[in-house]
Amino acid sequence: MIRLIDVSKYYSTRFGSTKVFDHVNLRVAPGERVGILGRNGAGKSTMIRLISGAERPTSGRIERTMSVSWPLAFGGAFQGTLTGLDNLRFICRIYGVDPEDKIGFVQEFSELGLYLREPVRSYSSGMRARLAFAISMVIEFDCFLIDEIVAVGDARFHEKCNYELFEKRGDRAMIIVSHDASYIREHCSRAAVLSAGELHEKESLDEAFDFYHRETALAA
Amino acid sequence: MTSVTVRQFFRSSAIEWRVIRALLLREILTRFGRHNIGFLWLFVEPMLFTLGVTTLWTLAKSFHGSNLPIAAFALTGYSTVLLWRNMPARCIGAIEPNLSLMYHRNVKIIDIFSARLLLEGGGATISFVVLSIVFIATGVVDPPEDVLQVIGGWLMTAWFGVSLALLVGSLAQESELVDKLWQPAAYLLFPLSGAAFLVDALPPTAQHYLLYLPMVHGTEYIREGYFGSRIRAHYDLSYMAFCNTLLFLLAMAKMRKVGREVIPE
Repeated sequence: MIRLIDVSKYYSTRFGSTKVFDHVNLRVAPGERVGILGRNGAGKSTMIRLISGAERPTSGRIERTMSVSWPLAFGGAFQGTLTGLDNLRFICRIYGVDPEDKIGFVQEFSELGLYLREPVRSYSSGMRARLAFAISMVIEFDCFLIDEIVAVGDARFHEKCNYELFEKRGDRAMIIVSHDASYIREHCSRAAVLSAGELHEKESLDEAFDFYHRETALAA
Repeated sequence: MTSVTVRQFFRSSAIEWRVIRALLLREILTRFGRHNIGFLWLFVEPMLFTLGVTTLWTLAKSFHGSNLPIAAFALTGYSTVLLWRNMPARCIGAIEPNLSLMYHRNVKIIDIFSARLLLEGGGATISFVVLSIVFIATGVVDPPEDVLQVIGGWLMTAWFGVSLALLVGSLAQESELVDKLWQPAAYLLFPLSGAAFLVDALPPTAQHYLLYLPMVHGTEYIREGYFGSRIRAHYDLSYMAFCNTLLFLLAMAKMRKVGREVIPE
């Protein structure tokens, strides 16, 4: 179970304190798939960072009684001078997993082959994204946090990622943030809309989409 | 209830150690790489510094206010400076390049600082020990009269360095001024830190003011351990411990605040 209780987040800027959102409440039970829709700048990434525990809320509480992943689409933790393998080892060490059992999987899944032993800075952006995704499948969690579409590599690789994440880990809870309603529809059973600093939870997916489209139309 | 708390404490400690170890290994790889002598640079670099200063002071027959061999003087003095001065330098700007790691919940700024401090303190310590052994084996320096006292003084100085580094490192996250001011401050503190003179050789007024600096006490204590009866050392370890505690508490408070506000990249 993940519970957000009256969570608010403010950032201090040069022109004073600005609200990202406040009094957000959310419950995610084991196995549930919740989508959070929001336009650019609505605070989706901030929300997912707070849920992951990487960042602290300004006020309110976040309770986690299941293990929660780091925000998934994210591939930035790579040190360019280190090899892909060094980076894999680093993540494994942090989460207390033996890296040696995982090398084979990452090498195969990321399709990097021998390049796994080359410095990451020599990788193309596609190679980096594939490595990032492969590494995030190495550590198992009860709940995966997914920031925007995991659009990694070409269509075939994308397919492989979807299978690995949504099929093989179908029993896990997921929180997906996106601006893309169809992506949420495809993968979620419940959705909420983040808009103007508030989280609007809706009874059904369709209600959430209607609300989201109205909001978007209003702003446009 | 208590047993649960104790278990939780051990579990948290295990995670903490896992994260610091991972960061430490990563830091070693990024800083020293796998080329030429690799991570040996960790202590070869401070050794070169100390050797250079020793040579310079020997050639210049530098005044240091005693009849001790200059090599012994430089070894004890300069190694000690490296210990407390390099740690803050490594902690300034340590968070910025590691912001993306903080996407992983268990990586906190104290872990990033700890990894760097362990590495820096370890390098200075290995350098001091290796040079001591070489100097003693070749007869340049006599063995320390009281090894335990040297270790004690070294630990006190390390504690000072760690506290100062955590404070300066956290402050630097909030203001770039800290980085700008630390450079000249570190440079100016070096001649005042007791590395290049014995407090006893100075006029009483100077002694009085210099002994306000905590690291002078550490240096004097180490020297007494090394040279024993041959010098008259001036120190007050309880004063140094007081300063260290104060710095450490301030650092913890500041780090807590910075840690709450840090935004992963």
